[in-house]
Amino acid sequence: MYVGKKVTRVDAYDKVIGRTKYTDDLCDKSAYIARVVHSTIAHGRVVSIDTSEAEKIPGVVKVFTCFDLKEKHYFPTAGHPWSTDPGHQDVADRLVLTEEVRFYGDDIAAVVAEDEVSAAQAVRAVKVEYEEYPFVLDVQEAMKDGAPQIHEEYPNNILKHTSIRKGNYEEAIKEPGLTKIEGWYDTPTVQHCHIENFICYAEMEGDRITVVASTQIPHIVRRVVGQALGIAWGKVRIIKPYIGGGFGNKQDILYEPLCAWLCMQLGGHLVKLDVPREDTFVSNRVRHAIRSHIISWVRPDGTYAARKLEAYSDQGAYASHGHSIAAKGAGAFPQLYPCDNVEADAYTVFTNKSVAGAMRGYGIPQAMWAVECHTEDVAAKLHIDPVEFRRKNLMPVGYIDAFSKNELYDDTFNQCLDKAMETIDYKRKFKEYQNQTGDIRRGIGVAVFWYNTAVWPISLETSSCRMVLNQDGSLQVQLGETEIGQGADTAYTQMTADVLGVPLEDVHVVSCQDTDVTPFGTGAYASRQTYTAGFSIRQTALLLKERILKYAHELTRMPPYNLDIADGSIVRTTDGRKLMTLGELSTEALYSLTNSQHLSAESTAQIKSNAYSFGCTIAEVEVDIPMCKVKLIDIVNAHDAGTLINPALAEAQVHGGMSMGIGYGMSERLIFDKKTGRALNNNLLDYKLSTFMDHPRLKAVFAENTEPTSAFGTKALGEPPACSVAPAIRNAVYQATGVGVNDAPVNPHNLFRRFTEEGLI
Amino acid sequence: MSKQYKLVSCTINGKQVEKMVDVRASLTDMLRDDYRLTSVKKGCEVGECGACNVIIDGECFNSCIYLAVWAEGKEILTLEGLAGPNGEISDIQQAFIDEAAVQCGFCSPGFIMSAVEILEAKREFSDDEIRKLMSGHLCRCTGYENIFRAVKKTMLRRLGKEKEALEV
Repeated sequence: MYVGKKVTRVDAYDKVIGRTKYTDDLCDKSAYIARVVHSTIAHGRVVSIDTSEAEKIPGVVKVFTCFDLKEKHYFPTAGHPWSTDPGHQDVADRLVLTEEVRFYGDDIAAVVAEDEVSAAQAVRAVKVEYEEYPFVLDVQEAMKDGAPQIHEEYPNNILKHTSIRKGNYEEAIKEPGLTKIEGWYDTPTVQHCHIENFICYAEMEGDRITVVASTQIPHIVRRVVGQALGIAWGKVRIIKPYIGGGFGNKQDILYEPLCAWLCMQLGGHLVKLDVPREDTFVSNRVRHAIRSHIISWVRPDGTYAARKLEAYSDQGAYASHGHSIAAKGAGAFPQLYPCDNVEADAYTVFTNKSVAGAMRGYGIPQAMWAVECHTEDVAAKLHIDPVEFRRKNLMPVGYIDAFSKNELYDDTFNQCLDKAMETIDYKRKFKEYQNQTGDIRRGIGVAVFWYNTAVWPISLETSSCRMVLNQDGSLQVQLGETEIGQGADTAYTQMTADVLGVPLEDVHVVSCQDTDVTPFGTGAYASRQTYTAGFSIRQTALLLKERILKYAHELTRMPPYNLDIADGSIVRTTDGRKLMTLGELSTEALYSLTNSQHLSAESTAQIKSNAYSFGCTIAEVEVDIPMCKVKLIDIVNAHDAGTLINPALAEAQVHGGMSMGIGYGMSERLIFDKKTGRALNNNLLDYKLSTFMDHPRLKAVFAENTEPTSAFGTKALGEPPACSVAPAIRNAVYQATGVGVNDAPVNPHNLFRRFTEEGLI
Repeated sequence: MSKQYKLVSCTINGKQVEKMVDVRASLTDMLRDDYRLTSVKKGCEVGECGACNVIIDGECFNSCIYLAVWAEGKEILTLEGLAGPNGEISDIQQAFIDEAAVQCGFCSPGFIMSAVEILEAKREFSDDEIRKLMSGHLCRCTGYENIFRAVKKTMLRRLGKEKEALEV
């Protein structure tokens, strides 16, 4: 059996010798180079564009502007499955190039040149005349009457508002003896910062267009390119090679439609669009900044009588994934700490800023920041131990969510808390760090998280798989679910080998998705790859096995039910005798003069389940109060992701999420100039991604409770590790100093303000 | 302005080569476009991320901010040149595999080249020193933890400290 073992990544060897090919490595050098001309105002209309100087530059092929767009096909960009119900379709508010400017960095023209230098020079030489409108950068300001209107059809710039009502909040707060605790919690705009920027190239073959793209969602890209160009979806072919990270940014349609459009304007000539890092920060997608207001009414015994949440999510200029993010975060609120009387309202609001989309955690890191900072504040106010307070109020075993039908089957939270506390020696440290004085103080803090695996019943969950047996008994496996660095291909290899009964090295997962060839699948998001693909792998492998055994029956005259496949051979179960290898069988099947068969199987699994994934972070910090600096000393994440398919890769996945959480909690923030709306630190030097020096050793521990809804007992682990890190760091700083920083990140700027307010400096 | 070209002769991965290159080209461009050494990755092109690192005369550089014409007479090593003559991979490459230090793999070539420079120093660095020496690279997948393990274990093994390596 391979599931549950620390199997080496199937792609590791190629990656360490440098022969793995990513999009740019595959593109022919004859490609024209496309560069996007971005708006230099935050809100307005393009009046005219003078391309004459740009087109004089040697090497420039042509400059296309928003005025060259003869047919306007508005398209949605969210990497969601298409809904055949118009009421559930994503908002189609983008054009490949736009006259209406809605943020500083909008796409108004594109330069095509023979080389990168001429393209870059031409971008600078394009002259644009605008009619400027007032702009708005803050969500609360954008919701006011009279604020600049960003999309006509959304009054007060509200893309969507949803409410959750449970019990009777207004009545419940009248209970005598309640303590009211209230707070505002703010998270910043951050960016995914995958090291490979988004890149794609397009060329035509006949009347069809092929786009090779660094994407998480090839089949969704195919549909949207068709929509954006107004051509039949079958005329579009998307190829996804290895990609250098995605983290949700590449779960959006970025520049595939523009690149395809440019290619078609140039008679199908090969065009490459490689996004510079500075543009990635501004004109791809960012994480929604969410401002949350929480009020809790707590009884003296530390139980909740009533709770209220208002969350305001900054969508930026276009709808992209829209309200799904804020809705997911708000949905966690009544479930994580159940309470009989709850009001939750989530608003997603347009502003004239970079477009927010999916990013690892999909609203949960923002929600956990608010909820877990607040939980700490409540425990402190009531003088209850923060861990005991959580244990008392967290979702109990047996809890079932009415909507998703998810159930908490095991005592996951207590197991995760216990494991994390033991790993980091929490109890001793917590006691030792109480009531410190002096300039340098230490603290230790806890935060938990809630996360749903996959998206059922909100959206389609489907996975399709194809397996083809080769002459030697090895097989190719194809899935629409994509490898984006997380190790999906390795997990699929392990699963297939186990179900079919073949050695690991005989399973060849085809990493590249090609929409002309690969079975339909919606791609990498919602931490769904291992969970959803597991169903179709299991089903397809069993189907193939049945066909193989049927053929074995014809060759051996043994009844199929007395046959099995083990270690790559046909085995008679009655006496364990090996009758033939799978290679012998397959060679006979393919070359038989009497009964030739191509042994393959293909099937679709529709997944009508979803699973809770839980865990926690404990962080230890040292705070230099006069310097307003925090040093992370120690950190541990504990997760229940069900059965671990590959413990080594699971641990690695947790490390990466923790690192992203550390950046979110301590240093990352994309800053916009209030006077112009321009991003000020859109590069990897000024945007403070955590480096090798900002981390202590990262510790990951697991509580492995087999998930009963799952084909292999597994559930979400891709996004969960990023969800609870930032509030744990904040709560550690709170223990050290008695000062709660409610605006992430806990960086010197925010600490200076808070320490000044609290009189520490 | 018309393009200007210059002949650049250098040694790349042990082989003496020469080509006319655009005087404006970076070493990254020359290695990727003219020699098709695509392990040299572009992540920022301004020396922030380290994905393009190569070794020039024994010292690790961001090749994206090193002009191709400066490579004249230099000895350059890219990840493609790290394996032995029969394709056998080096201990540090094997350590990246064994420690699960590779995820999307895009930053890996640059990290491995910096690790090579550290290991070539043939001395034991403290944990903080390793972190500082590797801090010119950004990675969003691994949290650096398993890369740290791979580098430290290989360093200790090269110094004959097998027992200490097991404790990393």
